[in-house]
Parts: sequence; C-alpha cells; structure tokens
Amino acid sequence: MLTTVIFYLTAAVLVGAALGVITSRNPVHSALFLIVAFVSSAVLWLLLEAEFLAIVLVLVYVGAVMVLFLFVVMMLDINAATLREGFIRYAPLGAIVAGILVLELVSVIWYRNEGLPVGRELVPRAPDYSSTEELGRALYTDYLMPFELAAFLLLLAIVAAILLTMRQRPGLKAQDVSAQVRVRRGDRIRLVSMPAEAEPAAGAGEQGAGDPPGGRP
Amino acid sequence: MIGLSHYLTLSAILFAISVAGIFLNRKNVIVLLMCVELLLLAVNFNFIAFSRYLDDVAGQVFVFFILTVAAAESAIGLAILVVLFRNRRSINVEELDTMRG
Repeated sequence: MLTTVIFYLTAAVLVGAALGVITSRNPVHSALFLIVAFVSSAVLWLLLEAEFLAIVLVLVYVGAVMVLFLFVVMMLDINAATLREGFIRYAPLGAIVAGILVLELVSVIWYRNEGLPVGRELVPRAPDYSSTEELGRALYTDYLMPFELAAFLLLLAIVAAILLTMRQRPGLKAQDVSAQVRVRRGDRIRLVSMPAEAEPAAGAGEQGAGDPPGGRP
Repeated sequence: MIGLSHYLTLSAILFAISVAGIFLNRKNVIVLLMCVELLLLAVNFNFIAFSRYLDDVAGQVFVFFILTVAAAESAIGLAILVVLFRNRRSINVEELDTMRG
C-alpha cells in the first residue's frame, strides 16, 4: 500500500519534471527540472531495490553531470528568446509523435505481453541482501573486460574534453616547464675574458652584459 | 499493486516526453543534450525494472555501463558546445551549416 502511494507520487513528480525540462523557457530551469527528474527516479530505483545504482545516479548525475550542465548554461551568454522560435509551430508535431509512441508502447506492455512476468508479485529481498555486492560480483567476473573498457572510455572522455576546451591566448605569460628543463648553461650565460687594464682603476671587466669584444673563453 | 507493467509504462511516458522535447527544442543544443539524458534515463528504467522482475543482475550491470557512457557523452558534448559557442557566439542548431558543402 505504502509502495503504491510512493510509486504514484514519485511517478507524478517525475513526469511533471520531464515536462518542465522540455517546456521551460530558461535552460537553467530545464537543468533544475532535470535534477528533480533524476532524484525522483532514484527514489523509484530504490523501490525496485537497486540501491547502489540509485545512489550512483544521485552522486554522478546530480552531483557531477548536472553541475557541469549548469556551469555551461550559466557560462554561455544565450539569447533564449531566439532559440525558442518555432516552439509553438513544432508543438503539435511533437505531441502527436509522443502520443503515438505512448499508445504503441502501452498497447504492447498491457495487451501483448506474452512472456513478460507482468503478473509477478515481488518478494522483498532478505535484509542481508546487498545489491552492491551482487552487482560487484557480476561486474568483476563476467563483465571484467567491458568494465576495463568503460574505465578507458572515461579516461578518453577526460582527455578529449580537456583538449577540446583548452586554448592558448595570445600574449599570455605562462610558464613553459619543458623549455625551462631543457635549457642549458650555455644558453643563458656567456663568460667573456677581458684583458686586464694597465691601471687598476675600475676593477675587473664586467661580464655578461653588452657585447664586448673577445668572445668565449 | 505495482507490477512490471506500471514501471514499463512510466518509462514509456518518459521516453515519449523526451522525444517530444527533441522535436520542440530543435534549436537549443543544451536542451537537446538534456533530452538525450532523459531518454537514457527512461531506458535505464526499463533495465532496472526487468532486472528486478526477472531476478537477473545483468540488467543492473548494463545500467552501470549506460551511466558511464552517458557521463562521458555529456562531458564531451558540453566541451564541443563550449568550443562551438566560442567560435560562433551562438548555439543555434540552424546556424551550424558550415559542413553542408
């Protein structure tokens, strides 16, 4: 009973937030609605006893990806009005396509569901059941190779994102560490031997500055 | 009584809303990326529901991979968007016709 109430409440919030994402005028509002959608679907995933993935959804999506979205939305100076031209014109088409999609999927799910365990009553898991443990066991045995590939993909994404957004401003005074390391003594200092003067008036010759005759020792 | 069909229907509604969002916001690349995230969320919903009702942990493994790939995709997509805005001062999809030939 309580599960049913939670399901319908959260599902209503989820659908409302999804509608908010696609209809709000300001992209910042869209991003905030998307955060609501992610959090409410994490609640629904908890109802399905996928605790680890629900927490991962909140941590990774709400904590990282949506913050990235918000940063980009606020960093770019977007004229939201011109980007919404044609919104009204395409609204009937979008509604028709979405309606057809929902009708088709619902008819399949409710009336053509041979082979699906639709009538199955869920038995709650034992209290000591850990979905994290089960997922980890599958991930590190049967799916080890895809797991490593996913790690490599994330590394690739880091490198690609940094490389894409990095730029060299002209006139920027930055340290070039490799040039600093590569430099040799001869590039920076030049010892010049000056013939000693007869009168010890001004002391020894100056070194380095200017271009005195004589050359290197 | 909440069954598998309820979860699948919710996921179908979510999927249809985000497809409609791609139709409606066809000029704003940021909202298009958000709609793609919403599509992937709907698909993940199906995977989790099936994983629970069929008692197979493979569904959760797939959700894990989809989350990974979606995070990488949105990071690179937003990086491309930033570079695009820096060069064109606009994120309107209709102005991105340089490669039309």
